[in-house]
Amino acid sequence: MSSAPFALRSKLRTLADHGATAVAIFSTVLVIAPLVAIFIYLVYKGASSLNLDFFIKVPKPVGEAGGGMANAIVGSGILLGLASLIGVPIGIGGGIYLSEFGRGTKLANAVRFTADVLNGVPSIVMGIAAYSLVVVPMHHFSAFSGGVALGIMMIPTVCRTTEEMLLMVPNVVREAALGLGVPNWRSVMAITVKTASPGIITGCMLAFARVAGETAPLIFTAFGNSFWSTGLNQPIAALPLQIWVYAISPYDDWHRLAWAGALVLIILIVLAVSLVRYVTSRGVLKGAS
Amino acid sequence: MGVGIEVINLNAWYGTNHSLQDINLNIPGNQATALIGPSGCGKSTFVRCLNRMHETNPIARVTGTVRIGDVDIYADAKPVEIRRRVGMVFQRPNPFPTMSIYDNVAAGLKLNGYSNRRALDEIVEKSLRNSALWDEVKDDLRKKSGASLSGGQQQRLCIARALAVDPEVLLMDEPASALDPVSTSKIEDLIFQLKSQYTIVIVTHNMQQAARVAEKTGFFLNGRMVEFDSTHKIFTNPSDKRTEDYITGRFG
Repeated sequence: MSSAPFALRSKLRTLADHGATAVAIFSTVLVIAPLVAIFIYLVYKGASSLNLDFFIKVPKPVGEAGGGMANAIVGSGILLGLASLIGVPIGIGGGIYLSEFGRGTKLANAVRFTADVLNGVPSIVMGIAAYSLVVVPMHHFSAFSGGVALGIMMIPTVCRTTEEMLLMVPNVVREAALGLGVPNWRSVMAITVKTASPGIITGCMLAFARVAGETAPLIFTAFGNSFWSTGLNQPIAALPLQIWVYAISPYDDWHRLAWAGALVLIILIVLAVSLVRYVTSRGVLKGAS
Repeated sequence: MGVGIEVINLNAWYGTNHSLQDINLNIPGNQATALIGPSGCGKSTFVRCLNRMHETNPIARVTGTVRIGDVDIYADAKPVEIRRRVGMVFQRPNPFPTMSIYDNVAAGLKLNGYSNRRALDEIVEKSLRNSALWDEVKDDLRKKSGASLSGGQQQRLCIARALAVDPEVLLMDEPASALDPVSTSKIEDLIFQLKSQYTIVIVTHNMQQAARVAEKTGFFLNGRMVEFDSTHKIFTNPSDKRTEDYITGRFG
């Protein structure tokens, strides 16, 4: 007797279940679609201009065909390496302080607030800050000042994700280490940070990928360079800068190079992130979730 | 070898909550002592005062004297030194998730700067044998993570980890409450064997467990120790009415 309404309910439930699944799938597609679309468009516009010259030659003067972005690729690598050297240690150190040592203190709250504000500061303002901190005292543009600008931009992201990831480590793990008579700092470094390291690395990669495409802070720090230069003391080329210069130029040939540059920039970011993930995931034991 | 523990006028607070009030007792060496009582009565706080883990909580405070062997742990020693002599096993198994079984057991020694590989190998094997886990894990010592073991195995791993630093006292805070009956009985067998070498203090909700493993039992209620006597006496002829009410199941 009660089977009829039960069957109806069961059908409604199944329907609701399918509905929810459909919404979830649709949202996933919405999230992925722009990325895929951008990538396809870049390949469509840029792939045809990619050749060996692009990777081994420096830009040709206006009016001459050909040339490449070798200097910008290497320049971006140098700038990002420098930025990571500055941003990753300071960011991770700050995050460790926030989560493990300063919890609840006024200083920690101030640091956390500052990091959040810094995260929201427009990148061009970061460029101005680096300009007045580094370029003005040095009296000229330099790779170093560009690295500083990007490094400062990495700090808040790295710092806050490190803190979040450390807070996710269960307290029982900390207590286990302390209970063995391990000094607190050692327990933090060897146990807590290690347990949270996959998440911390993700945070660093996020920050890295974000600044890799930054143009504005480089305009009056790294400045760009049409020639081969790897000195930290000299202006240096960077992919986003070069793309920007080429994209606003009136020449078709440069437009094509700009598309190719954008494609290469994205591929290099994906490669760098994958490489770091691969290297850091080796040696992690199975079942350590 | 296990040493005795003497507790004199111990008081502990969490913030303004006076969670332990005037505790006095003598825990004999090389025996198992059980602490029973309803949830929130202070028994976990009490064992955490015995290795100075209580004070790792920033709002916690403690007064009084605890003497382990001849060391007054609040006056004469640093917390880190005390915790090396007084091992602890927690309610929920808490192996280090990123470490192999071997590294979990060796963690206490390695993190204190001990690096003699051959000696470590021996200590790891001995500790795992003492915690009755060796035969189950000897083939995957370095291959498997501590977190990949079953709950009961994880808890025995945690016991091995505590034993590896060669403590004199082993504190166990409801070590079997998250485990199934088979694993529980393994832990109890273990306590039976271990008390010849260590002084064991075990907090438990399970009164049968207290009766099975412990020579002495203390009954805690509302932050005070109501009664402390031989386990036999507590469970057959308690002198306090409240103890009798609790063990006969009238409250708690």
